[in-house]
Amino acid sequence: MSDKTPPEASAAGHPQLPDDGIEGPPLATERGAAVASQWRLMWWKFRRHKLAMVSLFVVFGLYLTAIFAEFLAPFDPGSTDRRGGFHPPQMVRFIDRTDDGFSIRPYVYDTKRNRDPVTLRTTYERTGDKVYLQFFGKGDSYEMWGLFEMERHFLVPVNPRERYYLFGADRLGRDMLSRTIYGARLSLSIGLVGVMFSLFLGVTLGGLAGYLGGITDTVVQRVVEFVLSLPTIPVWLALAAALPPSWSIEVRYFFITLIVSLVGWTELARVVRGRFLSLKKDDFVIAARLDNASQARIIFRHMLPSLTSHIIASVTLAIPLMILAETALSFLGLGLLPPAISWGVLLKEAQDVRSIVLGPWLFIPGGAVVITVMAFNFLGDGLRDAADPYSQ
Amino acid sequence: MSDPRLPRATVNAALPEDVILDVRNLRTYFPTRTHVVKAVDDVSFQLRRGRTTCIVGESGSGKSITARSILQILDAPGQIEGGVIRLRSTGRDAQGESIVDLTSLHPRSRAIRAIRGRDIAMIFQEPMSSLSPVHTIGDQIIETIRLHEPVSKSEARTRAIELLRRCEIRDPDIAVDRYTFEFSGGMRQRAMIAMALSCNPQVLIADEPTTALDVTTQAEILDLMRELQTSYGMAIMFITHDMGVVAEIADDVVVMRHGKVVETGEVNALFADPQHAYTKKLLDSVIKLERRADIKPAEAAILGADTPTILAVRDLSVTFPGQARFLRKPAPGVHAVRQVSLELKKGESLGIVGESGSGKTTLGRAIASVRAPTEGNVLYRGKDGVEVDLADLNGPALQAYRRRVRMIFQDPYGSLNPRMTVGQIVAEPLRNNNVATGAALRARVADLLEQVGLPAEVMERYPHAFSGGQRQRVGIARAIALEPEVVICDEATSALDVSIRSQVLDLLIELQKKLDLSFIFIAHDIGVVRYFCDRVAVMRLGEVVELGPASQVCSAPEHPYTKALLSAVPHPDPTARSMHLRTRYSEEAS
Repeated sequence: MSDKTPPEASAAGHPQLPDDGIEGPPLATERGAAVASQWRLMWWKFRRHKLAMVSLFVVFGLYLTAIFAEFLAPFDPGSTDRRGGFHPPQMVRFIDRTDDGFSIRPYVYDTKRNRDPVTLRTTYERTGDKVYLQFFGKGDSYEMWGLFEMERHFLVPVNPRERYYLFGADRLGRDMLSRTIYGARLSLSIGLVGVMFSLFLGVTLGGLAGYLGGITDTVVQRVVEFVLSLPTIPVWLALAAALPPSWSIEVRYFFITLIVSLVGWTELARVVRGRFLSLKKDDFVIAARLDNASQARIIFRHMLPSLTSHIIASVTLAIPLMILAETALSFLGLGLLPPAISWGVLLKEAQDVRSIVLGPWLFIPGGAVVITVMAFNFLGDGLRDAADPYSQ
Repeated sequence: MSDPRLPRATVNAALPEDVILDVRNLRTYFPTRTHVVKAVDDVSFQLRRGRTTCIVGESGSGKSITARSILQILDAPGQIEGGVIRLRSTGRDAQGESIVDLTSLHPRSRAIRAIRGRDIAMIFQEPMSSLSPVHTIGDQIIETIRLHEPVSKSEARTRAIELLRRCEIRDPDIAVDRYTFEFSGGMRQRAMIAMALSCNPQVLIADEPTTALDVTTQAEILDLMRELQTSYGMAIMFITHDMGVVAEIADDVVVMRHGKVVETGEVNALFADPQHAYTKKLLDSVIKLERRADIKPAEAAILGADTPTILAVRDLSVTFPGQARFLRKPAPGVHAVRQVSLELKKGESLGIVGESGSGKTTLGRAIASVRAPTEGNVLYRGKDGVEVDLADLNGPALQAYRRRVRMIFQDPYGSLNPRMTVGQIVAEPLRNNNVATGAALRARVADLLEQVGLPAEVMERYPHAFSGGQRQRVGIARAIALEPEVVICDEATSALDVSIRSQVLDLLIELQKKLDLSFIFIAHDIGVVRYFCDRVAVMRLGEVVELGPASQVCSAPEHPYTKALLSAVPHPDPTARSMHLRTRYSEEAS
């Protein structure tokens, strides 16, 4: 994708086209638009969808966060702080006024824990001291992508023994910001991996049904209808409950994605089948057949390029459903289990009344889910509108 | 002329008594992201009581946008930028006339809504999409009447039935309760006209009302409109691209091109002595199609020559199976082609003419091996002299047949893969048949493009950058890429504007000479067939009713259906209006 806009009609350097009128009809002689492939046309059309453009950046940002989770999270997500249970969110300040004037450096105000002797409720009070922070400072050590040891973080306290809580802390004093960032990794990747499964099943089965028709079509259609008629949540619950809790996080993660995508492929199969059915009758596909193109060439060279954009749009709209499904399962305690961290797992900890009263910030992962799902939906809408750049 | 709006005083200036609608300096623009499309640019004309004004122009000339501007039903982002549209409006209670400037009314105002349908009614090209499929014809007419006049439902119904009767719909009291889909195309257009006439409009705008119809149906509709005009005395604005229709129905003609009026005049004068070069060119290209192409050798020379038969169709039938029904026998199938036999001689062009539903396209597709025939044979004897039966072919033999017998499609937009460049599209048959690769392939594609009159540089462009005629040239290049012997043209020129039509036909004739091709030319347009073909087969309901030399079939037909078909074709000569003298064909007559 390039940022080049479709150039306006430029006079020089065009081959002269045969004149079909007297002076010729107004031809699309702009060279840029004339040689623009479908992806470039789609990009031009997509760019006009403002909300989708914003969403594109949001989604991009979210995945970057997930990829660089270890670096961006200030602390180890599992590290607890005995003196930080239900610590409320703090604001990072930049303008530091001291006796010697002021300077620009990030800091938060230090707090002291108080316990109300009657209600036993924990409150935090400013001590007046400052906890200075630094960018790219050293903190908890971690293994970047499991490959090499690192201890630099994006923003950490200068003194590694101190802590700060941008998103607050949970019951055990674990930093919610770090946990939400780590949670993005599992929650977002489950959407992608799940959609890959769906895509594989959906495109293969839908494509076969649409292209071959006849008995294949009937069988695939009936299977799709059967799957769609299953009550989704009970089936998920039953399947998820059947997974032994002793399995490792990785195995469990894999099976949860499988379960979640079990339903997702049907919609894709239908979309692909419908497209194949209508494309099969298009003149240019018949022309390819009469050009003696092989079956494979007709499917992969002539039909699939017309479908990819639609498939991408459908996939984008399917990802948020996967993310929501994982969140729901984990929230009910049947999906991923602690110590795995996903947004659903984090929300599970906000299940009881105590959390609502003592730490409403425990719902921040829920906000992350909402933002992600909305961004994907807007992005999908934009892609769907741009998917067929040839319709006017 | 540069002043967009005339002062108010001029608007109120008197119009000549018989002028009902006066359009002056109308400009309608469509602003796009990069530039402004001037769809209608400084257009002026008048509509007079009891007269038909034809707006004629090719696609993109702005004729429909002009009509839509008058009613203010423009699609976004279209906007009237300037000009005055004055309408002599009879008030709701018919007390005195007033002159209204339609451009001064808001597109969603009550005033313009009162004018739409009551003063100015419009009929559209596609009767199926402009009538509601979920309401009966009667309901739709009654609604229109009651929107504009305070009458009771039963009164409105009586009037609706009367209107349907006036529009020559059989059994109007039954038809009033029918749904749109129960009507044929011609009947739908009649119902549409009945609806338009329901409030006695002063102006009827007809936007290509007969373009989607067969010629015989078109003749009926034109008849009806002429008759209704005499009895209602309204002004008709008739938009069309067909000079024949203009000659048949117009009193005055407005010729448009690229959003501008190039010429206005009385019909006889304009046809006899066109002033503008474009009008001349338009008329010439229509008149050119009235007879055999000059660049072709004489018909007798081709028919008399002792040439071998290259393709023979024997008793070919194609039946579309009926819908499977639950626990019952499947519905009876449709016999699209029945027992057709044809022969195509080497170097000859055989025309297949018929109206929609005659099976001509199905026949062409069966010969092109797109669809297998239900019965009968297609026998092909190529250069090598071996006769093959299409039905027996498969695998490499079928591929060989498809290399020799090629097809050009009707729709220049749908037949080219929008996601491949023109070079890739033309290279596709060469690549698939291992004719050439690499630099040789590129050179061959360039050569093919040049043969169809496109510069080789366009290879890297995508089809969306080409006009209809240019796309059709690409389609032709693809068809001749494998040096075929037979080319089947399925309505290859019917989607093109008339001035481009003859250019494409001439290109085909030249290629025929150069490459020694034989054509099967399928068309609904007699003119094109007469221009291009040596022999003609006339098809009706899947059967060939007449087959003979083009000159004979097109001027002295034997079969009554062919006679009816020919006499319904409008000719571009307003002094010899012949449509009302046409012969009608009915089943009993055969």
